[in-house]
Amino acid sequence: MKILVCISHVPDTTSKINFTENDSAFDSNGVQYVINPYDEFALARAMWFKEKQGASITVITVGNAGTEPSLRKALAIGADDAIRIDAEATDGFFVAKQLAEVAKSNGYDLILTGRESIDYNGAMVPGMLATFLDYNFVNACIGVEIENNTATAIKEIDGGSETLSTSLPLVLAGQKGLVEEKELRIPNMRGIMMARKKPLSVVAAIETEATTKSVRFEKPEEKSACKMVAASDIDGLIDLLHNEAKVI
Amino acid sequence: MSVLVFAEASEGKFKKAALEVVSYGKKIAEQLGTELVALTINASNASELASYGAQKIIKVTQDNQESFDAKCTATTIKEVALKEAADVVIIDSSSNGLYVAPIVAAQLNAGYASNVIDVPSSTQPFTVKRKAFSNKAFNHTEISTAVKVIGLAKNSFGIVENSTTATEEDFTSTATASGVSSTALNKASGQVTIADADVVVSGGRGLKGPENWGLIEDLAEVLGAATACSKPVSDLGWRPHAEHVGQTGKPVASNLYIAIGISGAIQHLAGINASKVKVVINTDPEAPFFKAADYGIVGDAFEVVPQLIEKLKVFKANN
Repeated sequence: MKILVCISHVPDTTSKINFTENDSAFDSNGVQYVINPYDEFALARAMWFKEKQGASITVITVGNAGTEPSLRKALAIGADDAIRIDAEATDGFFVAKQLAEVAKSNGYDLILTGRESIDYNGAMVPGMLATFLDYNFVNACIGVEIENNTATAIKEIDGGSETLSTSLPLVLAGQKGLVEEKELRIPNMRGIMMARKKPLSVVAAIETEATTKSVRFEKPEEKSACKMVAASDIDGLIDLLHNEAKVI
Repeated sequence: MSVLVFAEASEGKFKKAALEVVSYGKKIAEQLGTELVALTINASNASELASYGAQKIIKVTQDNQESFDAKCTATTIKEVALKEAADVVIIDSSSNGLYVAPIVAAQLNAGYASNVIDVPSSTQPFTVKRKAFSNKAFNHTEISTAVKVIGLAKNSFGIVENSTTATEEDFTSTATASGVSSTALNKASGQVTIADADVVVSGGRGLKGPENWGLIEDLAEVLGAATACSKPVSDLGWRPHAEHVGQTGKPVASNLYIAIGISGAIQHLAGINASKVKVVINTDPEAPFFKAADYGIVGDAFEVVPQLIEKLKVFKANN
């Protein structure tokens, strides 16, 4: 089985979010970048298939050379090779078009992605990618088994879950549940050494029209201080929630 | 020219999110000086949408769309968007909405902005404000394609009554079943889900063990709330994973979020800070959650919560 895992290179959750150039660009100064947490579940599940059922894993991202550490980390975890599409990831539509182009020419059986990235939270790429490729698609996937050409996937729905039957080729947008948190992989020294020798190819982006454009960023207004209520004054809290916040 | 909203029905009935997208769509239709068209699939009370501003209601009633099939639904939305010459297509952020919207956008070759929280600040160019960086910032996005797809964030616009006379029309979609079919549905009925709840009551490690969850459940019951938990609680197996809220868990955008015994790690806050009012009850006055909350009580959950339950019962009986 040929697996493609799509990786986003994103600011770590604990990063300070600031903007520069008149609030038109994200300020990456001093920001630590990581593999998007949702994509880590996808990569760990791909590793499970590789170890249990035999599979090759290619990891891919759309970005400039600065994103390569995340690809190297994925190689250190156990992916076999990496592809970087050399372009600024301007929006989900653009990224999905780029990924579809590479996927089309290389032909993967299973494409695993995270449900969303923690920077733009767009949750756009997986569904668009599946549509451009005309592959089957399962969103919010919390479990998958594959037997020959058939896949059984579990997806999270509001208030429960649903089991789906589908077939390869398939795009899955995964999240926690695809593997458990404790099954996420951390690269070991041997993996890190081996990753240096694994192939990382850089391919040029294809021309595609922009569909959206980021105009500017804005930070939420400074939150007013938390109103403290004494533990003995439950009536006071109820009064505030009813008359001031108007939520009960 | 029209604005099209997809008003999703669940077991024939509209959820809050469906009425919210219709209310929101009405506002955009007014901005553009055009008609609001609402698409429903197997809804039993489609006419209800006229109360929220829908001027034309398109009803699809097909057996092959009885159970949700994302691609099939997306194709139906696309067909109606083309038939109605829609400039804007609006879809909610329910789990099904998030599933179909990118497919619709790709099929229509349309620019798509998700997590949108307000009506366009300008329609020429078409600019919307959306959440980004796990609610730590907003991004103003310009959609430049002829057809625009908007994913409206949950609980961001509200439901606005706007009584209209609507025409109703039946439509038959050519969409056929996709290669993904449902084999089993595991859904508790009659329970308030985190996605739909106005109020969410959430517990953390401060509750000391699963045996104490009666407190959370009792408080949730008085408030008609959904129950949730922090990540350590689900990792410890005290509560099912489905209750884990925060980054990598379920997002919460309720009117009221009550956090009990949760310290407020940044990953937790990232998932719940779209909630409008946050109340925190914690023994540790230094807990980071107090910085993110609107109302706080420093105190022992085992003393504070039982009192809160009793006093809320009295309050609810009188209001």
